[in-house]
Amino acid sequence: MRFVLRRLGLFLVTLWAALTINFLIPRLMPGNEATAVLSHFKGVNPAALHALEVEFGVGTDQNILVSYIQYLGNCLTGQFGLDSARVPVMTTILKGLPWTLGLVGMATILAFGIGTLLGIVSAWRRGGKLDSLLSPLLFILTTFPVFFIALLLLYVFGVTLGWFPLSANYSVGETPSLTIPFVLDVLGHAVLPGLTLVITTSGGWIYTMRNNMVTTLSEDYVRMARAKGLSSWRIMLDYSARNAILPNLTGFAMQLGFILGGSILVEYTFSYPGLGYLFFTGTTNHDLPLQAALFLFYTLAVLVCVLLADFATAWLDPRTRDA
Amino acid sequence: MASAFAAPEPRPAVAEEHGLLEAAGRLGRAVARNHKASLGLLLLVFVTVVAAFPGVIAHGDPQAAIYDQQVGPSASHIFGTTQVGQDVFTQLIYGTRLTLIITVVVGALCTLISVLVGVTAAYVGGVVDSGLSLVTDIFLIIPTLPLLIVLSTYLSGSGTIAIIAVLVVTGWAFGARQLRAQGLALRTRDFLEAARVRGERRPYIILVEILPNMLSLVVASFLGSAVYTVATAAGLQFLGLGNSGEITWGTMLHFAQQNGALESGNAWWALAPGAAVALLGTAFALLNYAFDEIANPALRPVRRRRDKSAA
Repeated sequence: MRFVLRRLGLFLVTLWAALTINFLIPRLMPGNEATAVLSHFKGVNPAALHALEVEFGVGTDQNILVSYIQYLGNCLTGQFGLDSARVPVMTTILKGLPWTLGLVGMATILAFGIGTLLGIVSAWRRGGKLDSLLSPLLFILTTFPVFFIALLLLYVFGVTLGWFPLSANYSVGETPSLTIPFVLDVLGHAVLPGLTLVITTSGGWIYTMRNNMVTTLSEDYVRMARAKGLSSWRIMLDYSARNAILPNLTGFAMQLGFILGGSILVEYTFSYPGLGYLFFTGTTNHDLPLQAALFLFYTLAVLVCVLLADFATAWLDPRTRDA
Repeated sequence: MASAFAAPEPRPAVAEEHGLLEAAGRLGRAVARNHKASLGLLLLVFVTVVAAFPGVIAHGDPQAAIYDQQVGPSASHIFGTTQVGQDVFTQLIYGTRLTLIITVVVGALCTLISVLVGVTAAYVGGVVDSGLSLVTDIFLIIPTLPLLIVLSTYLSGSGTIAIIAVLVVTGWAFGARQLRAQGLALRTRDFLEAARVRGERRPYIILVEILPNMLSLVVASFLGSAVYTVATAAGLQFLGLGNSGEITWGTMLHFAQQNGALESGNAWWALAPGAAVALLGTAFALLNYAFDEIANPALRPVRRRRDKSAA
């Protein structure tokens, strides 16, 4: 119980810190972006203008503390104002969300599965071909910049071979529907961006999983299992991998921040209209309400995953509960 | 750290204590014996030489727009030219310097903050530790690239200093957490107790007793930060949010992408700086990988024995 409360505490404090950073950045930074944005909004109805003024804390003579509290209230109720197209920010975000969720979700699950499995085998056959060739290669690939892999795949499979489309989420002229051609079209557009994310993240899972496995394989209880004559499969999966996967679970949540960052670059490279692309266009257009809301959204996504991973770890490994 | 050499303290007979010089010497020998480390070092030396003497390899002004615009590779322009007629190869060579400077400066500053925060938290303990650890955790959880993008919006056009500043702000936390863990592990060791009993002052203990024993982790922390910086800085510049006015590999990528280099038969304009970023990242990553092995002997490669595969 104490563990749960402590984790919840960190969750709330970090959430508050992210909200506050988001509130303070426009006010502390040199330059005057807030008024720059407001200049686009001349002639808007007074209520919308006032909402923006509250958001940036300019044009009104109210105390910064009052606007801070107003801002917190707006964030908690999901009111992020209007974006530069005068559409509520939430509507714009919800339009991009499914694309990113599908892309990042699938890529993460694939990368985690492939990476963890290869890590297990790599440690089990330590010094073998997989361990000395493939795993280091994939680990080196994780240090390659995401956008370089994206550009490379785009060039080889998109431009040169022409196997996959170069950009967007589905072909121009198609109307979204649940028909087989449309679904295939969507999947075809997702292959290259998804593959980019899988390639750049699976190496990390291999690396940590392998090193954890190396440690657990030398533990006494594994030697005991060998002495009992248990099958290799059982020792590998049930005895060694089961304990070795725990740190990876915590890493899962931490990795999500990295993957979300990577997805911004990938969506930009492939002009894939998810949240990352919105974030990029919002930034270059100085669409600050959109940018601020997306930053909070990303942080919240990572926070929730960290919390869930903590609970899962505590559930699987009783030792962490006292920590 | 200079005070470590300046203080002529009589060396007490404690087995675990190592001087800074001695530790550095052991580290040097370990690097020479490790293949990954040697290769990484070789790549890094190569990039450094290019950064130091770009004029030897490439000729002409990297900013001069004096050639045909956006043409593919040819004998006179092996990587083609840009949209305004600059030579891509010349830009690549001259872009090395600023790319490397940003990487090393950000890596060093991140490491400095990590050491200060991590060691202080571990050694002082109590409320200070709780506070510093909380701040570290918060910076670890907030996703880096979105925070970077938000920060750089307000610094656009401020150039290299701004990009260094935002990268340091977002990059120090991971090292700080590792150094704190190592500091906690060292805290109860006998040689520190001996130093306290001798009546040494706190700065002396931290600089001369704790830091040399953390040297490999400090180096690893620098290498980790460098790996992070190479990719992140280039990513930010790729989006056009960095120091777009200056020539780095990342800004080259931005203009290549903006002008559709891949689709218009001028792929090297994008692929060459991309490969260069990957190469530099690999150099630091190889060194980092090797340092993990040096610091943790359990991870070193073993020769596979026949009887093991039968198990």
